[in-house]
Amino acid sequence: MQLIEERLRSLVLPSLAGDAVAYRMFLEELTAHLRSYLRRRLGGLPDEVEDLLQELLLAVHNKRHTYDPKQPLTPWVQAIARYKLVDLLRRRSRGDVLTDLLDEDDQVFATTANDAAEAQYDVAKLLRGLPDRQRLPILYVKIEGASVTDAAVRTGMSESAVKIGIHRGLKALAERIRRIG
Amino acid sequence: MKTEDLVSLLSTGAETVDLRLPSRRWLLALASGAVIAFLLTAGLLKLNPALWHETSKPMFWVRESYCAVLGVFGFIAVVRLARPGLRLGLAPMGIPVVVIGMWVLAVVTLAAASPQARARLILGHTAGVCPFLIALIAAPLLIALLWVMRSLAPTRLRSAGAASGFTAGSVGALVYTLHCPELAAPFLGIWYLLGMLIPTAVGAWLGPRLLRW
Repeated sequence: MQLIEERLRSLVLPSLAGDAVAYRMFLEELTAHLRSYLRRRLGGLPDEVEDLLQELLLAVHNKRHTYDPKQPLTPWVQAIARYKLVDLLRRRSRGDVLTDLLDEDDQVFATTANDAAEAQYDVAKLLRGLPDRQRLPILYVKIEGASVTDAAVRTGMSESAVKIGIHRGLKALAERIRRIG
Repeated sequence: MKTEDLVSLLSTGAETVDLRLPSRRWLLALASGAVIAFLLTAGLLKLNPALWHETSKPMFWVRESYCAVLGVFGFIAVVRLARPGLRLGLAPMGIPVVVIGMWVLAVVTLAAASPQARARLILGHTAGVCPFLIALIAAPLLIALLWVMRSLAPTRLRSAGAASGFTAGSVGALVYTLHCPELAAPFLGIWYLLGMLIPTAVGAWLGPRLLRW
């Protein structure tokens, strides 16, 4: 547990400083832990695992400014995972599963699962539903890997508008996924 | 989309994150909410003409500290509830301690007063309107605090709403003292507290409705 905390923190601190490679490794490790955790928690709803996993990754990404580097990382992730899990089940109003899920003992970081799968909803399709000022910056910068400057030239938007478009677009995406769920 | 593709999407071109953003937003919310509360107090209610004179009375400063210290405890809870995985700690326990302190002072004041004077110490001249005016003055603060709370990541929505409401109520009460002529401890222990509890209840009700993410 202590090892996982140190390992993830050693990745998240450079991530917050803008290191994309560290951030990718951080998200990959987090994915393995969260998938395994969700499989255990959502035993009765196997189809939901990958959906909620993606929703959780988006939440961690969109809310990463609420992580305080002075606090341990694992409780921060744990609290987000539990919040999203309870939120999902409340949306499904599955009171029976809910009580089981509120069991405090189960830890996100107990195990990992790396066999990837696809979510039921298609993030790519949801992305197409976003307005251009959000969709194009995400497409160019986040999917094609272009620089912000490059994306600004291609879209005719300012660089700060491109950044804002990405930021708002990912938030809107998280909101749409939540509505579907 | 595969989860690994989403990971790739999120990490590609990741930008530096401004970690001081939450504290800047909180200060902005408090400052702008307090300014609007002040404008409401000065414009709608008028400042107390005897204000300057009253600053020489010890009870004036007891009243100011009462509201300010409750506001500080509430604000500590607000800040912690906005970040996932943080414990509330002992700070919220300061709230009942301060309130009980005021009640003890109220009982001492009432015991020392003549029986005929007691009703006036409890009701003052404005007991009927005081809680509602404090709630009104606190409204812009509540809106500002909930607005910032929404942009962060509260995981206990009702508590986050209630803490925002209580902080708005105590800071609102502090601003309201610029209008209010009441200084008696029994009055402050009852009607000021009620005034703070109205926005607390509103916040607790709004929390689960407004703060979902």
